[in-house]
Amino acid sequence: MSEITITIDGRACKSPAGRTIFEVARTNGVYIPTLCNYKDLRPVGSCRVCTVRVAGRYMAACTQVAIDGMAVENTAPDLEDMRRSILEMLFVEGNHLCPSCEKSGNCELQALAYRYQIMVPRFPFQFPVRRVEAVAPKLLLEHNRCIQCLRCVRSIQTEDGRRIFVPQNRSRWRKIGVDPRLAAELTDEMALKAMEVCPVGSILRKGVGFAVPIGRRKFDKTPIGTDVAEGLPR
Amino acid sequence: MSKPVIATASLAGCFGCHMSLLDIDDRILKLVELVEFNKSPIDDIKTFTKPVDVGLIEGGCCNSENVENLRAFRKNCKVLVSVGECAIMGGLPALRNGIPVRECLEEAFLNSPTVAPEDRIIPNDEEIPIVLDKVYPCHEIVKIDHFLPGCPPSADLIWEALTALVEGRPLNLTYEMIKFD
Repeated sequence: MSEITITIDGRACKSPAGRTIFEVARTNGVYIPTLCNYKDLRPVGSCRVCTVRVAGRYMAACTQVAIDGMAVENTAPDLEDMRRSILEMLFVEGNHLCPSCEKSGNCELQALAYRYQIMVPRFPFQFPVRRVEAVAPKLLLEHNRCIQCLRCVRSIQTEDGRRIFVPQNRSRWRKIGVDPRLAAELTDEMALKAMEVCPVGSILRKGVGFAVPIGRRKFDKTPIGTDVAEGLPR
Repeated sequence: MSKPVIATASLAGCFGCHMSLLDIDDRILKLVELVEFNKSPIDDIKTFTKPVDVGLIEGGCCNSENVENLRAFRKNCKVLVSVGECAIMGGLPALRNGIPVRECLEEAFLNSPTVAPEDRIIPNDEEIPIVLDKVYPCHEIVKIDHFLPGCPPSADLIWEALTALVEGRPLNLTYEMIKFD
């Protein structure tokens, strides 16, 4: 396989051909934030938090394949502000009450807000009316927190490949539904995986919660992305 | 030179943010040296008696009294700070935002199993502030200059922000200071 070289903010990054900008960055120790992308899942580019700029054009780093000689901008101030505004939109578009959320401290949306030091969203809060669904015996679906990343849809399947989570409706009415018959057969491991794969607190296991004390949760001490690269933006 | 003047208020909040303000350990002695308190539940001064440099607002606006109070703070404070999740986005009181006010009142005062049968009345005395249609973040009512997230914001964050504001220097925030819970 041939090797390519791209630059990310001027830094040369080598990689085998055929990988996405996100993958090239990651293997070269450059952090590009993302929410909908998840290890081993086919990227869909739905959240746009990983937006980078190449030759003046904006593209999702998780879906765009890196091409030899590309000059990628990742941390330009206007680009970072655009990402921050996407995060702020996600916060106002749902009902994200961090103090009462079981996922607080382990939530990737919250962790990105910490990383970008979001003190308050610039947009007005929408306070949408959404219901909590408890139809699955082992899972709670908290639609107030769902950011439509489709990670659950893509990753949680039965042994014969049937999807347990499905997107329903369109546009602002879209929500993630669950197949009640398939959900009834979910094993404990699958239920745990579903909760882990959800970047926010939208999929929760029933009967457990707040198990890890404050101070020992995933993003209490270290910012998201420190496993890839040291340091915070700017 | 006279000391900078501070005022604080708890609107639709739980006083947790005020507790966090008092949770600064021995720095509380420095605070007394550094600033003078005006209208605040901490010294129980009920009305503004002089212009205030920094106003700290805890809680969002859930009734007419909160709105009047917040507007009085805006009028009398040079700098106004939203302290905590409730002031910033409504917080837990905003859980009622998807429910019609009538339904909330009926649940609390008529249908709740703990209401005694002879007490089944929705309070309607004119002395009682009018409940708003939903809980509003403070910056949707008046201009807010700074925001300190957290439930409550850590004592370190409040201390850093307060001292930076009265000393007129930029904020020096560490990663662990900004938390939403």
